[in-house]
Amino acid sequence: MPVISYIDAVTQALREEMERDEKVFVLGEDVGVRGGVFRATGGLIEDFGPERVLDTPLTESAIAGVSIGASVYGMRPVAEMQFADFIMPAVNQIVSEAAKMRYRSNNSWHCPMVIRAPYGGGVHGALYHSQSVEKIFAGVPGLKIVTPSTPHDVKGLLKSAVRDEDPVLFFEHKRCYRLIKGEVPEEDYTVPIGKAEVKREGTDVTVISYGLTLHFALKAAEELEKEGISVHVLDLRTLVPLDREAVLEAVARTGKALIIHEDNLTGGFGGEVASVIAEHAFFELDAPVRRLCGPDVPAMPYSPPLEKEFILNPEKVTAAIRDLAEF
Amino acid sequence: MVDLKQMERVGIQLVRPDGHLTETGRDVWERMPEDRKRAFYQWMVQVRLFDRRSVTLQRQGRIGTYAPMEGQEAAQVGSALALGKEDWIFPSYREHGVAMVAGMPLDRILLYWMGRVEGNRAPEGVRVLPPYVPIATQIPQAMGAAWAAKMKREPSVAVAYFGDGATSEGDFHEACNFAGVFRLPVVFFCQNNHYAISVPFSRQSAVPTVAERASAYAIRGIQVDGNDVLAVYTAMEEAVRRGKNGEGATLIEAVTYRRGAHTTADDATRYREDSEVREWTEEKDPIARYERLLMEEGLLTPDRARKWEQRCRETVEAAVKEAEAAPAPPPSHLFAHVYKDLPPELVRQRRQLTGGDETHA
Repeated sequence: MPVISYIDAVTQALREEMERDEKVFVLGEDVGVRGGVFRATGGLIEDFGPERVLDTPLTESAIAGVSIGASVYGMRPVAEMQFADFIMPAVNQIVSEAAKMRYRSNNSWHCPMVIRAPYGGGVHGALYHSQSVEKIFAGVPGLKIVTPSTPHDVKGLLKSAVRDEDPVLFFEHKRCYRLIKGEVPEEDYTVPIGKAEVKREGTDVTVISYGLTLHFALKAAEELEKEGISVHVLDLRTLVPLDREAVLEAVARTGKALIIHEDNLTGGFGGEVASVIAEHAFFELDAPVRRLCGPDVPAMPYSPPLEKEFILNPEKVTAAIRDLAEF
Repeated sequence: MVDLKQMERVGIQLVRPDGHLTETGRDVWERMPEDRKRAFYQWMVQVRLFDRRSVTLQRQGRIGTYAPMEGQEAAQVGSALALGKEDWIFPSYREHGVAMVAGMPLDRILLYWMGRVEGNRAPEGVRVLPPYVPIATQIPQAMGAAWAAKMKREPSVAVAYFGDGATSEGDFHEACNFAGVFRLPVVFFCQNNHYAISVPFSRQSAVPTVAERASAYAIRGIQVDGNDVLAVYTAMEEAVRRGKNGEGATLIEAVTYRRGAHTTADDATRYREDSEVREWTEEKDPIARYERLLMEEGLLTPDRARKWEQRCRETVEAAVKEAEAAPAPPPSHLFAHVYKDLPPELVRQRRQLTGGDETHA
């Protein structure tokens, strides 16, 4: 099975979906001739032409709004927000409109659309190219939120997102783009939205994470194995709808839960996961639920030492797991 | 360079407020089929009587807060009659006149104002989206439908309906710019009724007309007398034809007046002079002037007018009956159509609410 990067899995999924269904088209800033600032849409304009790989003006609200209108008309738009940070002007379209179209039209109209956005930091992106925005949308029913961590899941989940009948926010951790490589089948396959996956089996501590920090957890688990600490790692893969069964099952395996994400602590998605555990798995717990998250500061600093301080890494994760294991 | 010829700053008028045709109006009139001439009148009366009845129903507590549109009948009926079944309508919350002409049944429109989403269900083949409330959000979405029409090579235009207040929103600018860049088959139909709730147009824009903003986007801008149904129809027909011919977007500013309050929860006397309302009501009424024209042209008699009004009243009453007879939705309908398939957690929440009764309309 070929080993490819996280970002190449994005491109492969888009290409295959565009080949499969001519209603699928891509739109966004620099997605065409430039192939995307990260090159996620590289080569698509050559094969599918400038109509299906549409370079738009700098117009995030219209990118979302156009996607809604086109999807109502039966197209399958895949919009790119160049950076998740720049999704803010489109929030009204996403929250007030895309999320509610099926509901308020009593099922007359719906929005089978995808909005892809690179999020997260650790790439010296500074304040406005490093944000995690998933928590802003996680409490908005009508949307689905997908946050894959591996190339295999990127390809399978992006295909599912394109085929989904409801609006999907597809958040790609930009540090993963070239850092994370993995085996990806060449044939057509999908990974279901709403299903978490155990990425490592263990017995002492359960780590629940998604995106880049999932990899930190796997790295930490390897280290801790040498110390005799066995770590169970659950990759949420989808935040909404949350796979509650998988969360509860994973917690039951060890009785200790550590939730890790790069998004800041307060209001972060970890709070929701912790609540689910507290509500439904209280008697499985041998220790308080813990969270290891980004600090509650407005943004990831540009200053290299401060960025390093902000961002999680395998060492911080290892320490947090060890601490919980010793509780 | 801005091509000033793209901009027609003069508001087009074909029927004068006294009911007489202008010179151009006469040409347009002679070429207009008779059933069309009648349809303008019939729809305007139907829409007005529906509107008045709705205000009464609200006062009686039989529907919820309602957004009246009396005074804007010519703008809505004239524009909607220029559209075909293939065209898309993205309306604001004051466009029930447009929706009716485009094929939304009256009882569904009433259901919507009763707070029932079932009222937003478009009959098969009717491309009318539900009313947009957040202001201007529908405008970029119309660009999306237009872009889809372009990709599908289907001869269809998308019309975004909005008011003067919406022109101050970012979405208006983003959409106009998008339409200009891609030469989209789109009509921006702005009913400038002079007020956004209480704020006058002079507080929305230092530029005196909406239409002239079009030049900033290299799209066509036209200002029409929005109370002249013939002028509105003619401008809209031309805009639709241009859109379908690949000649790009048109911004139509229909200058009109909202005779009533913003909604039944508003009190317009707090911000408008009586004399202003009287002027628009007594001198510029869209139906009165057209009625005079029809009578002068021998297409309408007072007797036939009375009969038509009676028929419209009956149609409205039948719709009221139908809407009020609709059974209340079961509680589980709260969870209907959140997604195509309800995720397990929502199934659990629904079960908790209904105690296991899974039926929903």
